[in-house]
Amino acid sequence: MDIRLQKLKKYYPSQNTMIKAVDDISIDIPSNTIYGIIGKSGAGKSSLIRLISLLEKPDAGLVFYNDEEVSSLCEKELVLKRREVGMIFQNFNLFNSRNAFGNVAYPLEINGKSKAFIEKRVKELLDLVGLSGREDAPMSTLSGGQKQRVAIARALANNPGILFCDEATSALDPQTTKSILGLLRDIQKKIGLTIVMITHQMEVVRDVCEWVAVLDEGQVVEKGLVKDIFARPKENITREFLSHMHYTEAEIKEQSEKTLLWSKDEAAFILRFIGEKTGEPILSKISKKTNVDFNIRGASVAHLLDEEVGTLYVDMLGSEVEISEAIQLLKTEGVQIENTKGEIL
Amino acid sequence: MTSFNAMYTLVGNATLQTLAMVFSATFFSLLLGFPLGILLCISDPSTGISPKPIVFKVLTRIVNVLRSFPFIILMILIFPLSRIIIGTSIGTSASVIPLSIAAAPFVARIIETALKEVDPGLVQAARAIGSTKLQIIFKVLIPEALPSLVAGVTLTIINIIGYSAMAGAIGGGGLGDLAIRYGYQRFRTDIMIASVLVILILVEIIQFFGTRISNNLMKKR
Repeated sequence: MDIRLQKLKKYYPSQNTMIKAVDDISIDIPSNTIYGIIGKSGAGKSSLIRLISLLEKPDAGLVFYNDEEVSSLCEKELVLKRREVGMIFQNFNLFNSRNAFGNVAYPLEINGKSKAFIEKRVKELLDLVGLSGREDAPMSTLSGGQKQRVAIARALANNPGILFCDEATSALDPQTTKSILGLLRDIQKKIGLTIVMITHQMEVVRDVCEWVAVLDEGQVVEKGLVKDIFARPKENITREFLSHMHYTEAEIKEQSEKTLLWSKDEAAFILRFIGEKTGEPILSKISKKTNVDFNIRGASVAHLLDEEVGTLYVDMLGSEVEISEAIQLLKTEGVQIENTKGEIL
Repeated sequence: MTSFNAMYTLVGNATLQTLAMVFSATFFSLLLGFPLGILLCISDPSTGISPKPIVFKVLTRIVNVLRSFPFIILMILIFPLSRIIIGTSIGTSASVIPLSIAAAPFVARIIETALKEVDPGLVQAARAIGSTKLQIIFKVLIPEALPSLVAGVTLTIINIIGYSAMAGAIGGGGLGDLAIRYGYQRFRTDIMIASVLVILILVEIIQFFGTRISNNLMKKR
């Protein structure tokens, strides 16, 4: 399903003023894609998703699902319309009184499906999210990632056209976040779903979204294809989000392996250095001295409490003698050098 | 020996009367208080399930007024009602009506509090899934709040045992009545002690089972 938001507004009264939580937002979300909506706390993301997912009515503006105007439906029609979309949450919001099976069965039960159908469908869904055989598990026995998987299965039970994710990975650790995002991407491809992701983490946008809209003070300040926004961010706030993005060492390594190799494998090295060395142009100094060219494939600097630690993924281009000379010089500068097998030289 | 047998019969009969009074009053007070508690919970604008500020305010006032009355006064005020419904205002069955009405607002508050303890996120999720209001109440709020509801009903029964002893004062029968007429007015300390002991045992048993059921429900989660 595609979604069209037309001049949405939602104001909340607060003391003497009105808070403009959603202030004239128009977005077109194409069908069968993952659309990220990023913003800081208080930017209006949660209010916006409550409007798009029909949990609240806008003060002005319209919401369309597949060209059908849905924002002014009556309560009865809204209840039915909500069964055509799914939603997952930061805190999972699973029913503690039900086990995994019961949670996934809930949307089917309220939709009046037969027992036999529910039995079959829940099994299918738990398979889809990688929780086969955990039907009887009480909620307290599941980890955060498993809970979110149950929540995804529950959200998909009635074959929705749209899945809304409200900070769905914000309560998870980085690895679990990766696995949940991977699952969402797989499911999106497999069943052709439109996913709308609300988040404050640019990593989430980077890892799964095709489109992104940047929200600030209730307004969309920038929107477009993720690759365009990442390559040419126009607004300060977008650049701020990009600069705060975390790359884990594993990600940098993975990316450095994906980039084109200019040198033979045995010429690839990992350099680690501490403290004041991060501020020095060691590489260009050594490059001039030894005639070795450095090709930087990836880099990161970790800011520790009172020191900085840098990691570089580099290729060294030069003759064998030049390279070993460069390695010696790097060592005397206090840099730790590892080859790609992870051996310290 | 005869005196012991007489006491045994007296206390035994009174216990049966108390049990009959307490359990029928619990039943009727739940019948009145449970829907009222649900209504208080869902109409409260802060829960957002079915916000009806005026209904909520009016119900809250009524519940507060009823709960402010000392039970003994409420009982006397409700006499005429007992006479209309049961035909008499004296006796065990007649006292069930004031007991039920007095306990109903208490039950309503207990139910309301238990339901409001349910994580609002669950209500939001249930709404997002497309639940009707009735489905939210019966498939989410009540099952989720069940351990607290059981604890609340336990508290209600014990409270009604206390009230029922007072009902004795105006001819309702039961252990409270026995304690007053024999133990206090006729200086039968043995009967006084026996009545109090039986009430104590009743309270202990009900609390034991109430806590156990509530804990078992929690354990399954």
